[in-house]
Amino acid sequence: MSAFDLIVVGAGIVGAACADLAAAEGLHVAIVEPGPVGGGATAASMGHLVVMDDDPAELALSRYSQQLWEAYADLPEAEFSRCGTLWIARDEHERAGIAAKIARLAQAGVFAEAIDANALYELEPELAPGLAGGMLVAEEAVVYPPRVAEFLVKRATARNARLYLGRRAQRLVAEGVALDDGTRLSGPVLVATGCAVPELLPMLPMRARKGHLVITERYPAFVRHQLLELGYADSAHGNAPVSVAFNVQPRPTGQVLIGSSREFDDSRDISMSTVRTMLSRAFAFLPRLRYLQALRIWTGFRPTTPDGRPYLGAVPGLRNVWVAAGHEGLGVTTAFGSAGLLIDQLFGRRPAIDPAPYLPLRALA
Amino acid sequence: MAERYDVLVVGAGPAGLAATQAAAGYGARVGLVDAQSTQGGQVWRRDVRGAVPPDAAAAFRAVANLPNLDWLAQTQIVAATQNELLVEHDARARSLRYDKLVLACGARELLLPFPGWTLPGVFGAGGAQALVKQGWPIAGKRVVVAGSGPLLLAAAATLKKHGANVLGIYEQAAPAQLAAFASRLWRWPAKAAQAVALRAALAGVTYRAGAVVAAAHGDAQLRAIELRIGKQMRQIDCDHLAVGYGLVPNVELAELLGCALDASGRHPRVAVDADQRTSLANVYAAGEICGIGGRDAARIEGAIAGHAAAGAMQAAQAMQSARRRARRFSALLEMHFALDPRVRELATDDTVVCRCENVAWSALRDFDDARAAKLQTRCGMGACQGRICGTALAELGRYARGGLRPPIFPARLATLADSDFASIENQTAQ
Ligand SMILES: Cc1cc2nc3c(=O)[nH]c(=O)nc-3n(C[C@H](O)[C@H](O)[C@H](O)COP(=O)(O)OP(=O)(O)OC[C@H]3O[C@@H](n4cnc5c(N)ncnc54)[C@H](O)[C@@H]3O)c2cc1C
Ligand SMILES: Cc1cc2nc3c(=O)[nH]c(=O)nc-3n(C[C@H](O)[C@H](O)[C@H](O)COP(=O)(O)OP(=O)(O)OC[C@H]3O[C@@H](n4cnc5c(N)ncnc54)[C@H](O)[C@@H]3O)c2cc1C
Repeated sequence: MSAFDLIVVGAGIVGAACADLAAAEGLHVAIVEPGPVGGGATAASMGHLVVMDDDPAELALSRYSQQLWEAYADLPEAEFSRCGTLWIARDEHERAGIAAKIARLAQAGVFAEAIDANALYELEPELAPGLAGGMLVAEEAVVYPPRVAEFLVKRATARNARLYLGRRAQRLVAEGVALDDGTRLSGPVLVATGCAVPELLPMLPMRARKGHLVITERYPAFVRHQLLELGYADSAHGNAPVSVAFNVQPRPTGQVLIGSSREFDDSRDISMSTVRTMLSRAFAFLPRLRYLQALRIWTGFRPTTPDGRPYLGAVPGLRNVWVAAGHEGLGVTTAFGSAGLLIDQLFGRRPAIDPAPYLPLRALA
Repeated sequence: MAERYDVLVVGAGPAGLAATQAAAGYGARVGLVDAQSTQGGQVWRRDVRGAVPPDAAAAFRAVANLPNLDWLAQTQIVAATQNELLVEHDARARSLRYDKLVLACGARELLLPFPGWTLPGVFGAGGAQALVKQGWPIAGKRVVVAGSGPLLLAAAATLKKHGANVLGIYEQAAPAQLAAFASRLWRWPAKAAQAVALRAALAGVTYRAGAVVAAAHGDAQLRAIELRIGKQMRQIDCDHLAVGYGLVPNVELAELLGCALDASGRHPRVAVDADQRTSLANVYAAGEICGIGGRDAARIEGAIAGHAAAGAMQAAQAMQSARRRARRFSALLEMHFALDPRVRELATDDTVVCRCENVAWSALRDFDDARAAKLQTRCGMGACQGRICGTALAELGRYARGGLRPPIFPARLATLADSDFASIENQTAQ
């Protein structure tokens, strides 16, 4: 039986960030991952690093985390592209909400500016006529998450972490974890298995919220900013069985990545009716998008807790078991902040932001 | 709006044409779909210079003017379920519903990476043949034909007929392997006659066995190739190189539908029973999609599939022995044109393997899984979805090709948005 200071189960972007930080702190870390590193939700994601301001806890974590991402702005593996986020107001009602949004963001230290309709079309000439304006968060970026996960795991292993690739954690055992090949690892366990959390921690509710994405051939500068409709947050936080929002991103390759949809459905199947709704929504904002060639459609699953916030902390009732999972559609953005919160708690230190909103304890209340 | 067919055939090569003819003969409502503008598939591709060969002409005649047949040319398949295809024609979406589906998607060339293989002027052997048949000017150009298999002779003959100066045909298989092949060919008189005719057409053109193109040289354009014969290296100045290492079944549509594949070889083929039925009860497959076997096997299997899809099991069964005989030829091909391991070691560190995403061999060496390689290097993420690089890597013994995602071929976003298609099961590994 091998002994570790921390056994990280799952090497998505969240587990990888935790393992990397723990190894940097000098812990002897094990990482267990059955598939390719970053091959879960992390591989399906749009990789948009975005601050969401509609929930104070989400704002604090996404802001904290986004600042930590700046350390990777020059890392080739991150494919970091500071295209900025352009939030679009369809009408005066949506535009009226922008001032309050800018104020909330400013309080968190994020600079955002209002964009009038004229400026909007200068920034994005392909947008449909008749839009009311928008809000630009120029410092935001998009990244390529699976390579970052791989980079973090490699850096951790260079600091003496041991990677159990191709292995699955089958169950928790006293003071450790049992792998599917019978190996036992001993030490504190951090469960970072995204949607699969209930397999190891059945007391923590988690659902998979499916999303569809479509990517095109290369059309450099068709759009220049990550575009989101201001109604996006309603789609992200609402409870409609199927919801879509206009969410279109320029990849550094010149490809256009089109999202986003949300539905509770466990099958990987592509729902053409969802794709249709999602694309129609996008065409309403970018009429000429319909003439571009699609290369691929894929689906991915967002690990979703009942209140939409991740579980970050000790698992109540279990000794030396920790969890970092449930980031829904924001786990790439919030990976480094989550790692910081978790490792600080592990060491009994006071985290940079208030950990209370993310404690798993709330799920058992 | 959706069309409905009793039997829908994908691919208008020898196999698909035979299936169409057989099924339509019973009065079934048949749809025949092909991405190309004319019928004939690979082997019977129209040649602007040449007459239509008699067997091809007969096959075209047999399906011409059938009142119960819809010929859907230039129609690309985008997505598929067990009773419906989403297709794109003339930049518009169409839905084709079916009771029975016959997959006759044929094969594509196996292209293997070697230094310089992406230079302008380097083509696939079959690719060059197809271009020239469509009228691409080749007269007076110095062309080397290389790689492996009987396709090299057919390609060289077409090039020569169109006025190319064919400098030589270089086959990787060893001379003894080839001699053994030739000595067994008499059992397939049609094939033997074909071979004799091709050799006659190529009189005066060098044919060397045991020769491999190790590199192509040039800056913006191919100037010369480096040939390895035994231990000797030889340089040949040329304008074009037509190089292909045999054929690989086009299984992608079958894979997306969830048909079981036979993965015993390096490249998967669609698994079928004696009636050409796949693991899905209403889906049949025929021709090279079931393994490389040439046009005779394709014709016979196509007819069996057409009969069976129309419910005429006796007619299908009557052709079993012909099928077995034709398929023995496939085994012979596979054995005698087996690739020399050296062919798999030509790529150097900076040789591009994935052309769509420009990924070099050195970046891929450490992976043993297609998905991990794709996620980390983008290899196979491009428009061809790994049809070329994934197939090459499988041949090089790295890892099996990764699964495909819809659309099967790039399609307009409008096509995806306008369809009334329900859902696409994700049958492939992700
Ligand atoms: C369509 C879509 C778009 C998105 N867009 C964005 C975006 O633009 N910006 C953003 O910030 N976020 C986005 N997200 C969300 C983000 O992708 C996720 O929140 C994030 O990837 C979650 O990371 P994770 O490491 O928790 O989970 P995962 O990446 O799923 O990692 C979990 C890992 O655990 C492993 N595992 C599972 N069970 C076991 C076991 N028993 N033993 C060992 N290992 C196990 C899995 O193999 C997997 O690798 C998007 C998500 C989707 C689906
Ligand atoms: C490039 C090339 C050149 C060849 N040249 C010769 C030659 O000169 N002489 C010779 O004897 N043999 C040649 N062959 C071998 C030849 O393929 C077979 O002998 C014979 O044509 C196989 O018949 P088939 O009906 O199985 O497939 P094919 O003839 O390959 O026909 C398949 C058809 O299906 C269509 N198709 C495939 N997928 C789709 C899709 N998703 N949607 C719509 N349409 C689709 C293709 O456009 C094609 O027309 C060649 C093969 C290749 C790949």
